[in-house]
This record gives sequence, C-alpha cells and structure tokens, in this order.
Amino acid sequence: MNTVLWVIYPYICLAIFVVGHFWRYKYDKFGWTTRSSQLYEDKLLRIGSPLFHFGMLGVIAGHVMGLLIPQSWTSAIGISPHTYHYIALIGGIPAGLATVAGLIILVYRRRRTGPVFSATTVNDKVMYLVLGIVILLGIWNTIAGSLLQFGGEYNYRDGVSPWFRSIFYFQPDAALMAGAPIGFQLHAFFAFLLFAMWPFTRLVHVFSAPIGYFTRPYIVYRSSDVRPGVGVGTHAPARGWDRPELQKKE
Amino acid sequence: MRVMAQMAMVMNLDKCIGCHTCSVTCKQAWTNRAGTEYVWFNNVETRPGLGYPRGYENQEEWLGGWVAKNGRLSLRAGGRLKKLLTIFSNPKMPSIQDYYEPWTYDYETLLGAPAQENFPVARPYSLISGKPMNVSWSANWDDDLGGSLEHAAKDPMLKGIEDKVTFEFEQTFMFYLPRICEHCLNPSCAASCPSGAIYKRSEDGIVLVDQDRCRGWRMCVTGCPYKKVYFNHKTGKAEKCTFCYPRVEVGIPTVCSETCVGRLRYIGLVLYDADRVLEAASIEDDHALYEAQRSLFLDPNDPAVAAAAERDGIPGDWIEAAKRSPVRRLIQDYAVALPLHPEYRTMPMVWYIPPLSPVVDVIKDTGYDAEDKDNLFAAIETLRIPVEYLANLFTAGDVAPVNRVLKRLAAMRSYMRDINLGRDPRDEIPESVGMSGEAMYEMFRLLAIAKYEERYVIPTAHAEQAHALEELATDCPVSEYGGGQPEGILGEGSGRPTPVAAENLRMLQNRQRADSLENPLIGGGSKQGRVNLLNWDGIGMPEGLFPDRDAETSRETSGDRS
Repeated sequence: MNTVLWVIYPYICLAIFVVGHFWRYKYDKFGWTTRSSQLYEDKLLRIGSPLFHFGMLGVIAGHVMGLLIPQSWTSAIGISPHTYHYIALIGGIPAGLATVAGLIILVYRRRRTGPVFSATTVNDKVMYLVLGIVILLGIWNTIAGSLLQFGGEYNYRDGVSPWFRSIFYFQPDAALMAGAPIGFQLHAFFAFLLFAMWPFTRLVHVFSAPIGYFTRPYIVYRSSDVRPGVGVGTHAPARGWDRPELQKKE
Repeated sequence: MRVMAQMAMVMNLDKCIGCHTCSVTCKQAWTNRAGTEYVWFNNVETRPGLGYPRGYENQEEWLGGWVAKNGRLSLRAGGRLKKLLTIFSNPKMPSIQDYYEPWTYDYETLLGAPAQENFPVARPYSLISGKPMNVSWSANWDDDLGGSLEHAAKDPMLKGIEDKVTFEFEQTFMFYLPRICEHCLNPSCAASCPSGAIYKRSEDGIVLVDQDRCRGWRMCVTGCPYKKVYFNHKTGKAEKCTFCYPRVEVGIPTVCSETCVGRLRYIGLVLYDADRVLEAASIEDDHALYEAQRSLFLDPNDPAVAAAAERDGIPGDWIEAAKRSPVRRLIQDYAVALPLHPEYRTMPMVWYIPPLSPVVDVIKDTGYDAEDKDNLFAAIETLRIPVEYLANLFTAGDVAPVNRVLKRLAAMRSYMRDINLGRDPRDEIPESVGMSGEAMYEMFRLLAIAKYEERYVIPTAHAEQAHALEELATDCPVSEYGGGQPEGILGEGSGRPTPVAAENLRMLQNRQRADSLENPLIGGGSKQGRVNLLNWDGIGMPEGLFPDRDAETSRETSGDRS
C-alpha cells in the first residue's frame, strides 16, 4: 500500500502532469488562458486576487526552500534546525494566511456574483475543491503540526522532503513518507492529485507567466507568412464561435 | 530609413449620416458570437457625446496610450514592471457597466403565449447574468444628442470649452464619428501585452491579436486609449478589429467600407519610415504631433523612396498602389485629413476629414450665402465652438490645422459652385488656401464623386503566398498535421473549405445536403458555385444567386454580367 501511495501514484500523477501539458499546449493553445472574470466584477477581485496570488508565490517559495534544499545544506552554512524552523514560520504563516484569505474572498465572489458563477465550469469547481483541500491541509500542517505541535514534534525535513526529492532522482523511498503524520500524508496525496489535474484545468496559466515581457521590444512585428493557425476558420466555424444563448435565471 | 507599408483609412465626416450600417454589418461579420455581444469593432458615436465605452477619451481616468517625459516615451498605465506586478488584477479595466450589459428578449413568451386578453410582452434578459434587467444604457444611448443635457455635457473633449458649447436645442451642433481600430504605427495595446500576442503585420501594418498566444491578461484593454481592444468574456481572449484582413488580402475593402451608405471611407496604402516612429511619438509638444506624424510618411513618387522601399522588400505593385492611394493624397497632398487624438502618441492610422457642415448650417440659418467663401471663412474664424471642439478631437487642441482644413473644404465649395453653375472658375479661391485650381478640382473629385476603384486602392497580398490566405483557402487545413484528406462530410464543415467572406443560407444548406461533393450544387454551377454577396457590386445578377429556374436564362444573365 505504501508503495502504491508514495511511489506509483506520484509517478503516475507527474507523468500526467508533464505529458498533459505537452498535449494541451499542442492541441489547445486557444484554451490556454485564465478566463478572467474581471469584466463582470472588479471590486472583490482587486482585493482577493493579488492577496491569493502573492500569498501563493510565497507559499511556493516556502515549498521550494523546505522540500528541495536538504537539511544538511542549511546546517552546513550554520543555520540550526530551530532557526530554520523559525524563519519558515515567519515567512510561511503570513503567506499562508494571505492565500487563505484571498481564496475565501475569491470563492465567495465566485459563488455570490451571478455572472461569475455562471461562467464557472464543473472543471473549475472540482479544481477549486482540490486546491482548497490542499491549501487547508497545508495550513493545518503548519499551524497545528509545526506551531502548536499537536501529536508531537515532526521534522518534515527528515521525512517528507527527502521522500519528495527521492522521486526526482528515481530512487523513491516510500518508507520515509509512511512514517509521516496523517496531515502531511493527506497534503501530499491531494497535492499530487492536483498535479494530475493541472494540465486540464485553468491552472495552466501558471506556465504562461510572461517573463519574456521584460526583454522583448514593446512593438512586435510579424510577417503574415508566419501563420501557425493557417487554415483555421476556413472550414468549420472558427474556434470560439458560439451562438449567444440566453440561459434565463429569475 | 526603413520603409514600411501601412494599410490606412480616411473617413470624410461631412458625409456621415449616422446610419450605423458599418457597425451592423461589421457586427454581423465578426462579433455575432457568444462573449462578444458587447463588442463593436466598428461603432458610430454622436459628438459631442460620451462615446463607447462611456467617456473613453478621459485618459486621466482610463490611463490609455503613451506619455512623453523628458523625451522618453512610456505607457501611461505603467511600464513592464508595474504591468507584471499588477497582473493578478488589472487596476484599470473598464467593467461591463462602462460598456453596457448586453441583453436579449424573452421571445419564447411571445411565441408560446396562449390566446389571452392582454398582449404578451417580451421582457429583456441580461446575456451576462441571465436575469431580467432594466435596459438603461447601451452603445448608442446618446445617439443624435439624445439626453445630451445629461450625457453630452460629460464629454471629456468639452473640457476647457464648456462655457462656449450650449446644449440649447436651437444652438447645438453635432456630427457623427465612426470609429474602428486605428491600427497605430506605435500601438500601445501591443506594447501593453505581457504575452506579446498583439503584433503589427510587417507587410501591411494591420494590428492583430494572435488568439493562440493571448493569455487573457487584459492589459491591452487598458493600454489602448481608443478602447478598441475588447475582452471576449467567453473565450477569455482579447479581440479587436482586424481591418478585415481576409478581405483586404484579396483586394476588397473592409466590410464597414464596403457597406458604407455615404461612401465616406477611403482605403489605401501609406509608406512610412519605421525608424523614426519612436522619435516622432516622443516629441513633447502635443501640438507638434500631427505634423510629426505627417513627416513620417514617405512620398512613393520620390525615386529615392521607391528604391528604398524595394530594398526593404515592398513589392513593386504595392509601391504603385501607394502612389495612387487616396489616403496618402488626403493626408499628404491635400492635407485635409487629421488623425484622431494624436496626443495619445500611438500614431493612429485611421484619419478623419473634419466636418464643415456645422459651420455651413449656422450660416444657412442666418440667411447668408453658405456657399460663399468669405462668409464661410468668416464663420470658421468667429464660430469658435465647433473648431475648438474639433481641435480637441483631431489636433490635441491646436485650432490652426483645423482652421486650415475647414478653409480648404469651404474654398472647395465656393470654387466648385462657380464651375457647376457654368461661371468662370476663380483661381484666387484655391490660391487663398494654398492650393492650385487643378489640385482643388482633383480633391473635389476624390471627395465627391470618386468611384469604387479610386476610393479603395488595395493591392492584393502576393501570389506566392496566396494559397495560405484565409479567403482563398486552397491550403489544406490539416496539412500541418500530415493529413491531406478533406474533413468529414457532415455538418457545417462538410464539403470544401468555405471562404470567410460569405455564402448565403441556401448555399450552405445545399452544400450540406448534397449527395456527393462532385454534384452540381446551385445555378448549374459546380461545387464552387457560390456567390460572394459582399463583393457583389449590385450590377446584374451573379450566377448562382437564385436556384436555377431554367438553364437558358441563367446562361444569359451570366453572359450579360461578363
């Protein structure tokens, strides 16, 4: 069971993650977007979205630090586990709280603003559910596990982190994860589920972070010879062509 | 010098009757889809008025376009770093309320109503929320100065001249301003796009959104000071006027021009020096921008320019077309066309001939001779109201160029009256506005009676690329995936690829229901027997327009036609 959960399952999820993105990019560039709902509602989004996204950036940075940097490295430059822990909580808790606050505002907005809710697909709803579970479990692990230390002390840098790294150098060690508290196990489980869903949801927008904007010239010139979508729109109705239809809501 | 060609348009505002045909046909052709209900690639505004979206010209509010500071040009809404820091929610994006909430009517109630005493009513329903709504604003709510005391008074262009413009019914003036995307030389929408999805075509300067690269960050909507990039809320992508590039590539004018009742639009090429665009846009004095932009345009009749154009890869027939371009003549030779809002520094390429009619109307009402040069000149000078207002629109508030243009138009009226009444033409009239009699007569011909071929001088895209053009579409749509067979034979896509421009309903039905792809379809024609109604000039009856009643007649009509 441990092998299935902590070796086979992560590899399947990561394989779907990688191949899925290639597939989506090749066949659905048109659908590769955040599908912004700012046109419908602005006020809540202006607060919730930056709160959530900047919080998320902090959370990701924290995960990179905690999961990818081995404990031996930080010890080698003289950071004791205690100091490390302190740094992680100082950075992590505000980022986590911003993320949760942002998420709550965004979910509230999505549910309560009629047009935004109408534009929410089943795909979106499932994705938000899994994303929400992952975030809440993560917060739980940080607050209940690390800060208040329910159920004893657990140093994830001895268990979860080496296991996570072991996946990437193809020597997965399920035992490391088997000993982790249930909160961490669930967090990892749902995180990998999210990875598997990733390429098929609007989360793909993460990979369009427009870093190239810093280096490209302001005005882009392009020859009409370069026509990646040539022929598109000449046979079936062009992509994005849908009849405007009224779905009445009293 | 780097010579580039730009497809450009001039609109003669004196001829616009505000019928909105351009808007309607454009919408039918391009934005009759879910998600683009509120999108008007072409719209016609009554000025003074708020325009569409409401008050879009107030850049202190909407932060569109560029600003020049210390000779450096920067985006008014903030540069690259600020764009990326605010990418999670655009701080300055018009909401759907600034456009209008699109709606439809509950027609089912009418159709399904039982016999009853009271007449059933179709209620308006929002296409955004699906709920019943009160229609209280739309794209042309202030059309023809409707509600002008309330709305037109808020026109951002009235700033500074509020006291001179009255909205008393007897003293108002108004004109129509049709607007499409300006296809700017220095487009701030493209500069605002974090993904680099908006590009300027190097052949003809048309500004397009690559739908595959757009990621829906919405910065272009803010960046465009004309608010002519729209966000499709269903697909999550930006969309804008395409200058009907599939039509222009095969040499036919845009839908808005083709269907313009007043025939007020002119399309043609302009050659310009791409290396100097940034320099011209960075000039700090707003009033100098109009002349700065004119100085970018190159004269294709100059052998040095023609040689440089050839060196930069502009085909010979394009250079010839630039020589005959009505747009170049109106902007450069006669200098009667002005850019819309040069102060946004995007170097717009849809120019306008300002309307003389408000002035003429005022003179006529006072009982004086409205064709007389001196009366008109005096009126242009003293009737500050329209001139200052026009200057706010077309020359960043500088009245001198507007006065010059209006005087030329007024002089043309007087000069041509003598000719039309069989009197001797008085050459001192054109001379008084710095033109020769011959040039003035040519200008009159171009403005008043120019035929289709003179109004639209559109060189086609090149034969060597022709198979890839949307309109011809002989390129195999699946060839990039290694396939070569026609697609399935069911549904809209059955049969051969359909040109974008048009096919009528009957043809569509015939094509879909035909037993075989090779069977004759309509009018005795082959499977290619389709009629492109949009480039039908109205003369004769194109083959295949109606089903064949009798093979003889059909052949005769087509014989007449050719």
